[in-house]
Amino acid sequence: MKVLLSWLREFAPVEGPPEGIAEELSDLGLAVEDMVTFAEAPAGIVVARVAGLRPHPDADRIQLVDVDAGDGEPRQVCCGAFNMSVGDLVPLATVGTTMPGGLEIRRRKIRGRLSEGMLCSAAELDMGSDAEGIMILPADLEPGDDLTAALGVAGDVLFDLEVNPNRPDALSVVGVARDLAARRGVPFELPEVRVETSGAPAGESASVEILAPDLCGRFSVRLLRNAPGVRTPPRLARRLLALGMRPINFVVDISNYVMLEIGQPSHAFDAALVPDGLLRVRRADDGEQVETLDGVRRTLSAGDGVIADASDVAIGIAGVMGGASTEISAETELVLLEAAWWNPPDIARTSRRLGLRSEASARFEAGVDPEIAPWALERFAELAAAGGVTLAPELVQAHGDVPSRRPVRVRTGRVNALLGTALTAGEMRACLEPIGFEIVPARAEPTAASPRSYPGEVWDVTVPSWRPDSSTEIDVIEEVGRLWSYSRIARTVSKSPHPGGLTDRQRARRRVHEALAGFGLMEAMPLPFLAPGDLERCGLPPDGITVTNPLVAEESVMRTSLRPGLLKSVAYNAARRQPGVALFEIGHVHWPGDGELPDEGDHVAVALAGREAPAAAALWERLRRAIPFVPTDVRNEATAGLHPTRSAVLVAGGEMVGVLGEIDPAVAEAFGIGERVAWLECDLARLLESHVDSPGYRPPSRYPSSDVDLAFVLGDAVPAAAVGTALRRAAGDTLVSLHLFDVFRDAERLGPDRRSVAWRLRLQAADRTLTDAEVGEIRAACITAATTAGATLRE
Amino acid sequence: MSAGVPDAVALAAEARSCTEAALAAIADAADVAALAAVRPELLGKGSPLSGLRRRLGSLAPAARPAAGRALSEALAAVEARYTERLDELRAAERRAQLEAERLDLTELHEPPPVGRLHVITQTQRRLEDVFCAMGYTVAEGPEIETEWHNFGALNFPPGHPARDMYDTLYVDHGSPGSTLLRTHTSPVQVRVMQTRPPPLYVVAPGRCYRQDTADATHMPVFHQIEGLVVDEGITLGDLAGAIETFTTAYFGPGFTSRLRPSYFPFTEPSAEFDVQRPDGTWLELGGSGMVHPSVLEVCGVDPERWSGFAFGFGIDRLAMLRYGIDDLRDLWTNDVSFLEQF
Repeated sequence: MKVLLSWLREFAPVEGPPEGIAEELSDLGLAVEDMVTFAEAPAGIVVARVAGLRPHPDADRIQLVDVDAGDGEPRQVCCGAFNMSVGDLVPLATVGTTMPGGLEIRRRKIRGRLSEGMLCSAAELDMGSDAEGIMILPADLEPGDDLTAALGVAGDVLFDLEVNPNRPDALSVVGVARDLAARRGVPFELPEVRVETSGAPAGESASVEILAPDLCGRFSVRLLRNAPGVRTPPRLARRLLALGMRPINFVVDISNYVMLEIGQPSHAFDAALVPDGLLRVRRADDGEQVETLDGVRRTLSAGDGVIADASDVAIGIAGVMGGASTEISAETELVLLEAAWWNPPDIARTSRRLGLRSEASARFEAGVDPEIAPWALERFAELAAAGGVTLAPELVQAHGDVPSRRPVRVRTGRVNALLGTALTAGEMRACLEPIGFEIVPARAEPTAASPRSYPGEVWDVTVPSWRPDSSTEIDVIEEVGRLWSYSRIARTVSKSPHPGGLTDRQRARRRVHEALAGFGLMEAMPLPFLAPGDLERCGLPPDGITVTNPLVAEESVMRTSLRPGLLKSVAYNAARRQPGVALFEIGHVHWPGDGELPDEGDHVAVALAGREAPAAAALWERLRRAIPFVPTDVRNEATAGLHPTRSAVLVAGGEMVGVLGEIDPAVAEAFGIGERVAWLECDLARLLESHVDSPGYRPPSRYPSSDVDLAFVLGDAVPAAAVGTALRRAAGDTLVSLHLFDVFRDAERLGPDRRSVAWRLRLQAADRTLTDAEVGEIRAACITAATTAGATLRE
Repeated sequence: MSAGVPDAVALAAEARSCTEAALAAIADAADVAALAAVRPELLGKGSPLSGLRRRLGSLAPAARPAAGRALSEALAAVEARYTERLDELRAAERRAQLEAERLDLTELHEPPPVGRLHVITQTQRRLEDVFCAMGYTVAEGPEIETEWHNFGALNFPPGHPARDMYDTLYVDHGSPGSTLLRTHTSPVQVRVMQTRPPPLYVVAPGRCYRQDTADATHMPVFHQIEGLVVDEGITLGDLAGAIETFTTAYFGPGFTSRLRPSYFPFTEPSAEFDVQRPDGTWLELGGSGMVHPSVLEVCGVDPERWSGFAFGFGIDRLAMLRYGIDDLRDLWTNDVSFLEQF
């Protein structure tokens, strides 16, 4: 919402430096996003009329513009903008002008064509932020006029405000002025409209009907008699222009002006084109069509609101856009000017469905003041009267449903209790009354909505019609805080009665992060979205949850595994001559489920590019030793998408909790990866399920230890882990460590498909030196156990 | 017997020559091994000096003490020289060995890569740590949420633009429109209030999603951190105080904060919070406000007894500001030449 300081001052005496006003607006919740002080245009900038437009023969992005600068001399200017038409008035920097940026305008040739001056955008003149096109000036100016003098905006200040959706009242100059006046303690006044009426009462030639009262709360119409050749008053046109709104014609310009001023959009019908002067509000039929002002034939659906004529033909879309059939023209004699209150969700739905958003629909959507239509219509007539337009007596209107408003029970004690203030009832009144909230003391009886009593007064507060957002006690409390100023509220710090910190699980997850980084891995963060087919490319089942409204297909599937993302990252790096990357990720994955929500889990995955499967197994072993995961076994087993003979599953409590091995070479190829990729992925939540932060320890023994080396021959079907487990179990309590230290194959000595695996067992008792006999017994037990597990002692 | 006296003289002379021979042998030894090899000949039981000691008994008793002393001194002198020579030789050998082991330590092969946590993880941790020190715990919630947790419970009126298909991503689960990718971390507020009794002091960091086209400042997925406090007597002043404490703790001394009125359906009064840098410029950081009474009520918290505040802001943006990263997409490409810098 853009407002001009000069316009605000028509309603409240807001004085002082603009920077201070901007600060106050922001502090009121009307954040100033941009502030422009209109400078005096430099000498030499004049009003010029576009007399002709011709393409530049040697440049596509430049056109040749013939301009008339009022001195009778034809000029040609080269211009890079294309937004003007023949007849438009534009600012011309004549030869010799020094621009605000320091550029001196000289006669020169551009691509071989003479350019005698420069046409200017608002930004180039320091007269606004619009740098897109050449500034189109009000049509009432004369070519040759000095621009600053002609516009009369020098020294004015434009504030571009960010208005929150709960503040439809602030989508108007009046609403902003009201807030500012209240904050400053200066009077605010909405002036009486003074306009003469003449001719027959409007009711004789116009009537209105509301057939959808839930759609239209109020439909008000005035009848005006047009004047021939009427033009927008210059002061209005300049303001519209300063706010970035191009003057179009008298009716549209005044309608826009009133909308910017008070927030009420209006629409004009050529009364001659409306049979019997009847305007009827109803819901559209499904498939009903109407040609809108922009010349587009639009198909409506049931539920959209329309304005229909006496023969029930739709001639406009309620609150969104008027129809072409009743458009005002130069021949229009009688104007039916309409202002309505529309049910905001209806307008929101229709404008979104049609993709038609305008300044008017935005205001209806936010909620205009249901009481202001008569004022707005008269204000239109008052402004138009300067051009000779006259107003017929009588307001013709019909009413539908407007949300009912009831006084709000407010406890002044609760205001202070929630804001953390110690305001008196008088100070609160001084915040509320200037913005139109009316306060009546009430008897302090607890109600269902406010059962608790507080010290202080109890009020019934009547909220003004322009504040549809305010309907409960907390809404009023917010207004007190806003007008008092958040920055005046003392800062306090409430103390938690509990200690802060992470849970055991959160700490454990951090340890996983740190362990993996400590192993030299980089944490990657691939996009969590997948393209259709990504999971299949990984050799995984295509059961990802789909996003129903993705912007692009590449972001239409939620991942069930971290594999596609990390493989893409490996490929990305390899393509940038960064092979051999070691990456990990910890992140959420999702699967379809039967619950209220899909199944969601926390996975950890590791991709070691340029490494083979054993690197993944070793990494898992290091990770397992670093973090007290639930006990987990590694089991050789082909799993989807991994190298079928170099793959294992992680099993905890009989359930698969992860996989490790090497990416199937075919999968790697599908991702454009030429390297081997060692892979580990597991369900982190399951691994940390019984996580214990301090599981205790075993004191080091003071007695000597004994080492026993055993080498066995294992058939390839016998996993080393099975023999290791048998040895561990057989060695019992005195086993301090079991290290696999040697593997070799020798088909001649050991036979085919067999290998020798050697372990070193370190034995040590906590309370004594083990005797040779004890060590011997353990050794024998281990050999027996390993033999049972399928190994043969190598002699 | 008078022959004993010349014998004493002869023994002394022999001792002198033996000593000289021994010292010469010690000096001749070229290394520790050679020196150790001659030791038995010089100082062992079969050495000439030991032989002379055995002959002491044949001297006249009166001559024995002097001759004995002379022999002992000779032995001590040889022993001392031996030790001295041994030390010399060992030192020389050590010098030679150390010199032979000389290395150029600037001759460095590429070491294995240093692992890194992602810049987002690091930033999120810094934030968590600041809030934990302020007495908050860390809460988490699902990324795929029900429409009710994401919007309905948070007081988004029907037809609110944020509820519209325009920027919310929905997933195919349950009835159409019932399940979505959370658009903010605020549904965690709802889950926390529903499952734990007040007082509550929690932050909820996490991933959020919006229907957005990726560019330098937008991504369809991003990270937020949400704070929620519910206790007796919580005020807007407490919110301002919490934001200020956080600002100083996270950004450092010289940074300060302010609240500006704003609008969010699930808080009232609502506020934007800005941080002012030491150079006076402002940074819009996030949204906040007092938890709306309707939200408390929906979550089973009595708004007449308890009140609370909530705040939220983007983690990605803080990471970008801290390191001067100017394109949001860089966070997601996983180029190791980017990842290794943090």
